Amino acid sequence: MAEPKISLTGVTRSFGPKHVLRGLDLDIAAGESVVVIGGSGTGKSVMLKCILGLLEPDAGSIRIDGEELVGRKFEEREPILRRLGMLFQGAALFDSLRVWENVAFGLTSTGAMKRAEAREVAVEKLAEVGLGSDVMNLWPGELSGGMQKRVGLARAIATDPEIIFFDEPTTGLDPIMSDIIDELIVDCVKRSGATTLTITHDMASARKIAHRIAMIYEGRIIWAGPTSEIEESGNAYVDQFIHGEVEGPIKLDILKP
Amino acid sequence: MPWNPLQLIGHVVLAFMATTGRLAIFTGNGVRNSVLPPFYFRLIGRQMLFIGYYSLPVVGLTALFTGMVLALQIFIGSERFNAENAVATIVVIGITRELGPVLGGLMVAGRVSSAMAAEIGTMRVTEQIDALTTLSTNPFKYLVAPRLIAGVTMMPLLVIIADIIGVYGGYLVGTQKLGFNAGSYLTNTFEFLEVIDVVSGLVKAAVFGFIIALMGCYHGFNSTGGAQGVGRATTNAVVSASILILVANYLVTEIFFAGR
Repeated sequence: MAEPKISLTGVTRSFGPKHVLRGLDLDIAAGESVVVIGGSGTGKSVMLKCILGLLEPDAGSIRIDGEELVGRKFEEREPILRRLGMLFQGAALFDSLRVWENVAFGLTSTGAMKRAEAREVAVEKLAEVGLGSDVMNLWPGELSGGMQKRVGLARAIATDPEIIFFDEPTTGLDPIMSDIIDELIVDCVKRSGATTLTITHDMASARKIAHRIAMIYEGRIIWAGPTSEIEESGNAYVDQFIHGEVEGPIKLDILKP
Repeated sequence: MPWNPLQLIGHVVLAFMATTGRLAIFTGNGVRNSVLPPFYFRLIGRQMLFIGYYSLPVVGLTALFTGMVLALQIFIGSERFNAENAVATIVVIGITRELGPVLGGLMVAGRVSSAMAAEIGTMRVTEQIDALTTLSTNPFKYLVAPRLIAGVTMMPLLVIIADIIGVYGGYLVGTQKLGFNAGSYLTNTFEFLEVIDVVSGLVKAAVFGFIIALMGCYHGFNSTGGAQGVGRATTNAVVSASILILVANYLVTEIFFAGR
């Protein structure tokens, strides 16, 4: 079997007494689009931050193309980071930079490209996400939430990364804009052939963009399979989550009035 | 559970040690990234403009009125034992050694540390700092190093200007209100002024510039909890920078004093 593009083995991470990741295993093949679903506080974001090196796992292994990331310094991780793209939940655009500078940031910050050249790339990438050159010189604060997400997506794909991560790409958007973002993600991924890992609790979005869905619960992957099989997963946790039922094995700590 | 004073002391000591350790690591990282290439010259220039040029009015006004008040107060004091001629000398030494750097530092701390903490804190809570990392940009190099470099280089320049304006403030009051002859006031100003008076003030300014930038960056970088966290970081940055400036002022003065 070919080596997975991304491989997480036995990843654990705790915050004080709270054990968020408890031995998480997940393999993602090259060119595959995997969506990790799960409720709030189950460890989705922590998993993503561990892969990106924003958090250091307590134990376990995270490999990209077989290269170990855990325990590596920023400088050692940098060549790998250059092959990654990331769309943040709130887009995380830099307030102090104009839209085109945000999109071109990954190209100019490393000195890989001159500003004029990077500006041309930014125009192309913005066009790919359906934004015209009229937004180029706007500041992020002048854009709507949906436009910010699209600029964030343009920034994520600007360096033609091999792997793209999406953190709750449709959260906070209206259904139409959510669908537009999903379509853009599918298009971009198809065009670039990138491997993608998305975390979300939006099932419509998951069904649309995933080749394979994995469910995280209490810091472990409790089910993973092709998107077409999720309805017949045979897993009570998955069934409860995808149908949004109150009754089931997943108990939320909510005080009833 | 009964209240245990030993437990409380233990908590406080541990929290203090943890904060000191975090700050030491942050400082080490900041200094390392400030002296090793690559350098973001555009960002360094922007910070120099922000810390240096835009602080000029507030530092200039502070120095002017400090020099004026100093001349008045020293005149009142020295008149009691017929030492009015010492006014010019004491004003220039007071301004260059002490009041220029300290008051300038405190004013810049209020203006700059808070702005840095608010900007970096907002970047932290909106995941912009995480975004920098994912775009293979070291946040220390991009955010902290330019501010530290600008702080250390701009504060001495600001203090030189503050010294000149402060001395001019004393001169104005001395010649216009206290009846000193302009020529003799200037002679008294420069006759007893030593290079070490100015140099010690400039060394203090560089140290204060470092503290101001470091506290702004540290509190911004470690802010948590949304808008409230950013507000707390801003307050902590100004308070800690101001206190550290006063502590560092004593230590630097002690070092220069020991050399005499």
